[in-house]
Amino acid sequence: MLSAPRRRERLLALIVLASLLFTPPLVLVPDRAGAISWLPLYLFIAWGLVIGLAAWLMEHPAPPAERTPPEE
Amino acid sequence: MRSDLVVLGVAFGYLALLFLIAAWGDRRAEQGRSLIGSPNVYALSIAVYCTAWTFYGSVGRAAQFGPGFLLIYLGPTLAMLMAPFLIRKMVRIAGAQRITSIADFISARYGKSSSLGALVALIALIGITPYIALQLKAITVSHAVLVNYPQAADLRLADEPFWFDKSFWVALVLAVFIILFGTRHLDASERHEGMVAAIAFESLVKLVAFLSVGVFTVFVLFQGPGDLFARVAATPELAARLGLDAVPGGATGWAGMLVLAFLAFLTLPRQFQVLVVENVDERHLARASWLFPLYLLAINLFVIPIAMAGLLLMGDADPDSFVLTLPLSADLKGLPLLVFIGGLSAATSMVIVETIALSTMVSNQLIMPLLLRTRRLHRSASGELAGWLLGIRRVAIVLILLLGYLYHALVGDAYSLVTIGLVSFAAACQFAPAMLVGMYWRGAHRRGAALGLIAGTLVWAWTLLIPGFAQSGWLDATFLEQGPFGIAWLRPYALFGLEGWDIYTHSLLWSLTANLGLLVGVSLFSRQSPLEQTQAALFAEAMHPHLLQTSLWHGQTTRGELRALLDRYLGTGATARVFADVELQESDAEQPATPTQIARAEQALSGALGNASARVLINSVVRGEALDLESILSILDTTSETLEMNRRLEQKSSELAQASEELRAANERLRELDRLKDEFVAMVSHELRTPLTSIRAFAEILRDSGDLPEEKRLHFLDVVVKESQRLSRLIEEILDLARLESGRLTLTPQRLDLVALARHSVDAVHHMQEDRGVALEVAIELEEAPVIGDPDRLEQVIINLLDNAGKFADEARPRVRLNLVRHKTHYRLAVEDNGPGIDPDERERVFEKFHQIQRPEESPDKRRGRPRGSGLGLPISRGIVAHLGGRLWVEDAPHLGGACLIMELPEAPPETP
Repeated sequence: MLSAPRRRERLLALIVLASLLFTPPLVLVPDRAGAISWLPLYLFIAWGLVIGLAAWLMEHPAPPAERTPPEE
Repeated sequence: MRSDLVVLGVAFGYLALLFLIAAWGDRRAEQGRSLIGSPNVYALSIAVYCTAWTFYGSVGRAAQFGPGFLLIYLGPTLAMLMAPFLIRKMVRIAGAQRITSIADFISARYGKSSSLGALVALIALIGITPYIALQLKAITVSHAVLVNYPQAADLRLADEPFWFDKSFWVALVLAVFIILFGTRHLDASERHEGMVAAIAFESLVKLVAFLSVGVFTVFVLFQGPGDLFARVAATPELAARLGLDAVPGGATGWAGMLVLAFLAFLTLPRQFQVLVVENVDERHLARASWLFPLYLLAINLFVIPIAMAGLLLMGDADPDSFVLTLPLSADLKGLPLLVFIGGLSAATSMVIVETIALSTMVSNQLIMPLLLRTRRLHRSASGELAGWLLGIRRVAIVLILLLGYLYHALVGDAYSLVTIGLVSFAAACQFAPAMLVGMYWRGAHRRGAALGLIAGTLVWAWTLLIPGFAQSGWLDATFLEQGPFGIAWLRPYALFGLEGWDIYTHSLLWSLTANLGLLVGVSLFSRQSPLEQTQAALFAEAMHPHLLQTSLWHGQTTRGELRALLDRYLGTGATARVFADVELQESDAEQPATPTQIARAEQALSGALGNASARVLINSVVRGEALDLESILSILDTTSETLEMNRRLEQKSSELAQASEELRAANERLRELDRLKDEFVAMVSHELRTPLTSIRAFAEILRDSGDLPEEKRLHFLDVVVKESQRLSRLIEEILDLARLESGRLTLTPQRLDLVALARHSVDAVHHMQEDRGVALEVAIELEEAPVIGDPDRLEQVIINLLDNAGKFADEARPRVRLNLVRHKTHYRLAVEDNGPGIDPDERERVFEKFHQIQRPEESPDKRRGRPRGSGLGLPISRGIVAHLGGRLWVEDAPHLGGACLIMELPEAPPETP
């Protein structure tokens, strides 16, 4: 599953990203953006983004760069 | 008002369907065509996380506290993202150790300690029973709302006897279900296929039900989300509930709730059951790590719209019931029933899994160790104990459900749904330090874990559980405000004076601080027993690729004794499976058992009775030092070192291979050079001998024949002189070549004008070429061509090129053309002739030493009149040009059609004044 080291690193980066997106102070930004709080909308969008990235990371086959040296 | 009979019919019909699905799942498993062997089913089974609490309580919480309820689902999202690291390791350990529950997991990690296992089981029982009560309450309340609408639901509940309470009967049906599908195997570490299939199905039902009511609310009661939120924005009181200000505790409460949900997701007994124990394939984690969060997102999508719609339309009705009352208020028939079934499925799935997990813990960690202490048990007949064990588990199931029901009937009314859920979450979080720290830190000690668990649970009880009782009116609530005996710093919601936090973050902070602090602190000052050291190492190094999974038993026992032990506790069937591949004949009974057999027997016992009891039993028959702990530890310690050493060795050996390859190539090259040198010497000798022979011949003629005519004598002398000149030229060239090749050729590079040099060279050969009848054209359009070079040597090169061209030009009308052009940052001097040209294959060979182009169409006597080259001119020229940073090569002649030799030299940098 995580045979390729790059995938491992990417997953770690995604975990850090998700933790940042879901916690203060980042959640304070949409909360104070307008007259009514955009926080719920922001949370769903950020959540969807994280899930999308995770799905892409988990489901796509290991990128060719990890198996063969790049062309250039 | 709905007919009670219809509702009951649908509800129990749904439960019957669950029985069918579970039976089908078990049947398929027996046929070897598992229903649950798919990552999607695995992800759906994890959705047992979404209980009735999610189904009804999320809306209630959103209506009161804004978007904070989402944290309960964002925490697990983070946990699932880490699944490929964290949960994978848990699954790996559980598989290797035949773990049956989280209590078994923690007990196994800390040296198979039965007391620690019992402690965890007890805390789980206290902490989780309210959660089961919550599910039963949800069933009762939702049923009452459905049947009594538009009357308030709780009017009749209080004075109903329990046999009118539908949740009591649901609990009984569930007890039957769990006994049927949850205790089929004695081995609790085996998967409950039918049960998991039913759970996955229930996850689909609750999702569909919730999405239906969401779509109905947003698109039927309102004209889409725009309309709904426009009306919310117009009501400032509602709009304020969308923001962070509505979340208890603000930013701190936000972070605290995220941590709470993250930890609880990993440590709730039912989550541990579906995530770890029921996992059939580690690879399913990859899909589940995003599919389960997606499920959470989907089921929460409409929570805020429903909450807001409920607040707009229903006024101050109970927000926990908005999911039901909204469709009821529109006077729909089918949808409220679907919602009720959705809520029922959420509640029942949780009760089923939680009860299985708890009953396994109770039987394996609480009752079994007690029974094992009574000696009488050891003398019981074959297979009898296996029956006992299943009986204990079945009784435990009924008792746990009854306990949940009692809790619901007695205290349940005091709390709203979400509150009970979060209290249970905080209790489960107490397992996190012992479990997570133990998985990564080998030094974590049993005593530290036990003290940490006890302290954390006491703080939890003081800051959450007991105040809850007080608020239900069981206790005098004054201690909440003033502290016990007036001690202000012991107030449960403001421990040590920490005020202004929401109660869950507050409780989590203090309980985890005490828990973790004691775990780490005590561990740092305790010495582990060998068994605990081994288990700690096996847990921490679980992902180690070369980990030895079998214990190294060195004790002595006979096969007969081992078999008798398994017979007593697991029954003959299971014993036969353990020894399936070993021919176990009666005559063997006195044979000593092999270490592998003992290890397998222990594993089988672990799966059924838990690690701690299995160890006690094995020790009862194995004599001597049962387990060679020293060797396991040293293996574990050395494997990581060995791996590192191996890696370095591999690196070294690949470096070595590369070096020897380079050496081999160098050797090859040396041999080639040696061969070339020999060839060169042979050729030089040959080339020198030719003029020497003719000089000698003519000189002898002159010496021996005195009467030669004067004319002839002069001609002979002329030949001797010419041949001597040729000889000395040849030697000069050989010396040049030798200097070039050894790098001792001294060039004096200086700035010079290639145009002037070319013209000068042309002048020098002009006379000689004219003698041969060669027409020499010069095409130089440049004014100046500054290059860096040695003028003498360069002139030698140009003359050589012109000379060569003259030699190979056409026989009848020889023409040679010199051309000098600028090409990018270089100057190109090209000399072409109108001869036959050079074959593309030959073009590089003309630069080999002593290579002479054969011209097959010319007869030898025709060549005689033409001067012969030494075959060294071009190699020397190329060497000189290369020394000056340029190139020399052959092309087709563009103008005259013969060969064209091109010398390219880089332009000299501009002169610095």
